[in-house]
Amino acid sequence: MTEAEDRLRDLLVRGQAGDAAAYRVFLKELTAHLRAFLRRRLSGLPDEVEDLVQEALLAVHNQRHTYDAGQPLTAWLHAIARYKLVDLLRRRARSDALNDSLDDAVEFLAAADSDAADARRDVAKLLDTLPDRQRLPIVHMKLTGLSVAETARLTGMSESAVKVNVHRGLKALAAQMRKEA
Amino acid sequence: MKTDEFVSLLATGTDAVDTRAPTRRYVAAIAGGTVVATVLMALWLDVRPTLARDATLPMFWVKELFCVALAAAGVFAVARLSRPGAAVGRVEPLAGAPVLAMWLLAVVVLAVAEPEDRTDLIRGVSWTECPYNIAILSVPVFAAIVWAMRSFAPTHLRRAGAAAGFAAGAIGALAYSLHCPELDAPFLALWYVAGILIPTAVGAVVGPRLLRW
Repeated sequence: MTEAEDRLRDLLVRGQAGDAAAYRVFLKELTAHLRAFLRRRLSGLPDEVEDLVQEALLAVHNQRHTYDAGQPLTAWLHAIARYKLVDLLRRRARSDALNDSLDDAVEFLAAADSDAADARRDVAKLLDTLPDRQRLPIVHMKLTGLSVAETARLTGMSESAVKVNVHRGLKALAAQMRKEA
Repeated sequence: MKTDEFVSLLATGTDAVDTRAPTRRYVAAIAGGTVVATVLMALWLDVRPTLARDATLPMFWVKELFCVALAAAGVFAVARLSRPGAAVGRVEPLAGAPVLAMWLLAVVVLAVAEPEDRTDLIRGVSWTECPYNIAILSVPVFAAIVWAMRSFAPTHLRRAGAAAGFAAGAIGALAYSLHCPELDAPFLALWYVAGILIPTAVGAVVGPRLLRW
């Protein structure tokens, strides 16, 4: 348990420092834990699990600067996953479905589930709804894998504008997910 | 898009994040909010002309300490409630402690006072204005704190909004205290607390709308 936590925390902290490879491993492993956590609690809404996994992943990504290396990682992850879960159930007006104890932060990493169902909502389509100044930097940098400099040249933006627009675009994407769901 | 592809999208091209940036934003928000509230007080209400004389009285410093303690508890609550998974159990007791202390002092003051003086001790000369002035002075502070809080990720939105209102109210009270003529504990225990509770209640109401992510 604590070994898994130490490992994941190390990966996230390296990711916060800009190590994209470590961060990728972190997100991959986190996906399975999120899926197990959400599937168990969304037994009444099984079709929504994969959408919420993606929404929670984006939330973790957008808020990764709020993790303080001194705090337990499980508590941080659990709070974000729980927040997104409660948010969804509130939108569905299904807070009654929330009968499982939600306060088991320490158990967050105990379960993993790598059996991905299909997401119902297509993130690629949501991406298309973003304005070009946000969409293009995301497509070039995050889908095609171009560098900041190349993306800046292609879009005619400055490098800092590219970074800001990727950041804003992913926040806008999170808002879109919330609206769609 | 499959989740694996989405993970890949998120991980590709990630840069270092500045984990201290949100904290810096809080420092700026609270410092800026305090300055704006104080300037607003000075322009709109005037600094009390006898402030220098008041400052020789112990009760003046009790009043200032009261406001500072409330503001510190409020800022602590704001900081804790901004970070997912941070321990938030002690937030309310800490904010309640200075209030409780002032209430105890007020009870003692009222108990030893002559019965005919008690109404004056509670109402002072400004009880009708005090809570509203504090609430108005808290507005710029509240806006600044909410602005900073939105760069964090509060997960208890109502409590986070209330904490922002409480901290803003306490800082508003601190600014107001330099205008306020009152020095009696029963007055502070009632009207200062009422003034702080106005933005606290507003924060609890608007928090879920302003702070969601």
